[in-house]
Amino acid sequence: MEMPRPDPRRLEAKARIVARLREVVSREDAVIDEEHETRAYECDALTAYRCPPMAVVLPSSTEEVSAVLKICHEEGVPVVPRGSGTSLAGGALPVADGIILGVSRLNRVLEIDTDNRFIRVESGRTNLSVTGAVEEEGFFYAPDPSSQLACAIAGNIAMNSGGAHCLKYGVTTNNLMGVKMVLMDGTIVELGGPYLDAGGLDLLGLVCGSEGQLGVVTEAVLRILPKPEGARPILMGFDSNEVAGACVSDIIRAGILPVAIEFMDRPCIEATEAFAHAGYPDCEALLIVEVEGSDAEIDEQLNLIKQIARRHNPVALREAKDADEAARIWAGRKAAFGAMGQINDYMCLDGTIPVSELPFVLRRIGEMSKEFGLEVGNVFHAGDGNMHPLILYDANKPGDLERAEAFGAEILKLCVEVGGCLTGEHGVGVEKRDLMGVQFSRADLEAQMRLKDVFDPAWLLNPGKVFPLDVTEARRAA
Amino acid sequence: MQREVTASKALCPASEAELAEAIASAEGPLRILGGGTRAYGRPVEGRPLTTAALTGITLYEPGALTLVVRAGTPLADVEAALAEHGQRLPFEPMDMRGLLGTEGAPTIGGVAAANVSGPRRVQVGACRDYMLGVRLIDGRGEIIKSGGRVMKNVTGYDLVKLMAGSHGTLGVLTEISFKVLPEPEARAVLLVEGLDDATAQRAMTAALNSPFEVSGAAHAPRGVDGAPVTMIRIEGFAGSVRYRTERLKEILSRFGEVAVETDPERTAAGWRWVRDVEAFHDRPGDVWRLSLKPSEAPEVAARAEPEGALYDWGGGRLWLLMPEGTDLRARLGPFSGHATLIRASEPTRRAIASFPPQPAPVAALEAGIRRQFDPRGILNPGLMG
Repeated sequence: MEMPRPDPRRLEAKARIVARLREVVSREDAVIDEEHETRAYECDALTAYRCPPMAVVLPSSTEEVSAVLKICHEEGVPVVPRGSGTSLAGGALPVADGIILGVSRLNRVLEIDTDNRFIRVESGRTNLSVTGAVEEEGFFYAPDPSSQLACAIAGNIAMNSGGAHCLKYGVTTNNLMGVKMVLMDGTIVELGGPYLDAGGLDLLGLVCGSEGQLGVVTEAVLRILPKPEGARPILMGFDSNEVAGACVSDIIRAGILPVAIEFMDRPCIEATEAFAHAGYPDCEALLIVEVEGSDAEIDEQLNLIKQIARRHNPVALREAKDADEAARIWAGRKAAFGAMGQINDYMCLDGTIPVSELPFVLRRIGEMSKEFGLEVGNVFHAGDGNMHPLILYDANKPGDLERAEAFGAEILKLCVEVGGCLTGEHGVGVEKRDLMGVQFSRADLEAQMRLKDVFDPAWLLNPGKVFPLDVTEARRAA
Repeated sequence: MQREVTASKALCPASEAELAEAIASAEGPLRILGGGTRAYGRPVEGRPLTTAALTGITLYEPGALTLVVRAGTPLADVEAALAEHGQRLPFEPMDMRGLLGTEGAPTIGGVAAANVSGPRRVQVGACRDYMLGVRLIDGRGEIIKSGGRVMKNVTGYDLVKLMAGSHGTLGVLTEISFKVLPEPEARAVLLVEGLDDATAQRAMTAALNSPFEVSGAAHAPRGVDGAPVTMIRIEGFAGSVRYRTERLKEILSRFGEVAVETDPERTAAGWRWVRDVEAFHDRPGDVWRLSLKPSEAPEVAARAEPEGALYDWGGGRLWLLMPEGTDLRARLGPFSGHATLIRASEPTRRAIASFPPQPAPVAALEAGIRRQFDPRGILNPGLMG
């Protein structure tokens, strides 16, 4: 993975820059510059790529973030914003001549307003603890990435994160009402607030998903929703991916809006069974569909789903009657990544495809798996076509990682070919940066980069991400 | 070939390439039109350019809930195509013709460019939340795409949201992909009469804060028969609607006597009345649309001293009928939200900003974006202020 070359002048100026940064933060331990300590920040959850930053700064307020950015702006120091460092795409991968600006100490709840159905938090707060703050009052925050115990709202906003429940409730951008954000030159702006829709241009919609390249979000106003009365899953097994795919389509068309439709293929089912013993049926494809409401409403929806499933001759049909059975149905799905990890190292992709292309894409992935000589399991959010192929490889075997990367790139190209995209919820980061030309024309990328020019003319924020390096070279050199 | 409508000298390109060429070779400002039914904002001087000839549904997959449609396609055609498969645009776009006294056929591109959402926005989200992808021509005449036609897509910056509600000032949409949803099997509306605004707002909050999935919460201080009426809508499978009706009835009975209406025609007409702000159609005066913190709506409405008011989105959207030429923002002072002037005479729309003025740093970002997308300042110049 190529990154922009560090500027030796900046590295030489490290002592002065660190001293200036120390002057504007209140806590003594807010600036970390010892190499044995900056190592803790050398990567995010995409651990294949590592690079210790010049320094790490952990401010305690929006004003401190502003002061830090002002200095970096003056000194020409690149800034990589970081939430909790759970990015699977290398979104928080440091650069050697820049700082990591972590928001982990900005973690307070600032306002809970159930009458107006919002919560205002600092952006370093973890996703799950947002729901935790409003749970007793009967509310929840809907986007639920699988890293929700650890991941920060700041990162959710940067990557426009999704989760298993977004089929019904949408992703981050659909649940974000406002942000307080600091621009690279230190200017503090507020976009949106505790009301719906933008008055002018929808800058909030632009900022969400911009991978920390337009500004550093320090506060967020998030929509909260009343908790449903209950939820229960049903498990269905089919003897081909095609049939399972057709069943998904029929469920959606019938007007049922499940909160989740999860899909696992045979390699994944077998791995999961061996590891978690969830009692899954021996079949080619498995669906878990979860619906919400009162008991009677759940029964009404599950009955309809069963009727639809029976038309597709399921080899198994198991409905959860209580919380215990529900937990057992989910046990395997939740253990799927871990189970695959027991077999080998794996690489997880998240390209999205039109639901109708599911059977074709799964068949092609199977063929490619043979061509590359690498096993792959598929577990994904089927309702919205968001795939998660897990490519197994052996990190200790020379050449295996490279082969897995090449296989992954082919899968993502296939996703784009059938009308989909490179990434549905993880973000581009460094991982998919060099594939952007597969999905976008030069003019498309130019339009995106012109937006960065407006927010960050010197291209200091999270450099070397999202866009291919050769495409951004002139701008970074300017 | 490019057709020129001689009477108005309107440009009416018949393809995306022609549209790109028309913009690239434009020698002066252009007034971008879909059906021309949403005539608000600062009046624009310029040669009309309409997307009316860019029509047709290019892809519709009911099983994937996906629709791709050219921008000039009449909204009615889109809705009819969806209805054939029992589906709909979930965000319930308003028809503005009655309120603005405009004629013509609203287009899907106009809906997207103005980010038009109706009462169901409170539950399911806005037009922009259902836009999966766009194709557009920017002010340089370049063809640009963003997003796609899949439900989840975080590949690159989200220009789709930026284009939604940009009123043709950053680019001219040529094609839009939408997520659509099935029509529900049943619908019920709970009605409470005679509530004052503050009580009605609390009643709507009680309904919206329940787990019973309210898809509309509106209050008219003067309903069709002159009396105040508060309306709560639920939709879904028949059994579920019956159940939730009963539960919501219990909640709302704390505020007043609750009537239930389930007749499909009558409930549809009632929500059309809210959606299109029919209460103001035949009444003179300016119309303002506010987006605000719901609980503040009654107090803000009182401060405005309007000639008419309509609460939607549980109070999160407030329609106000004001005497002609009133500078509502000056009258209200600061509040948590923003106000847009939707209907007023041209002189008023030149004198008072239609779109809410932004704080300086945000205004600077907006100006910067406009310079990048429309360096010559030819796309609906000045429309948004």
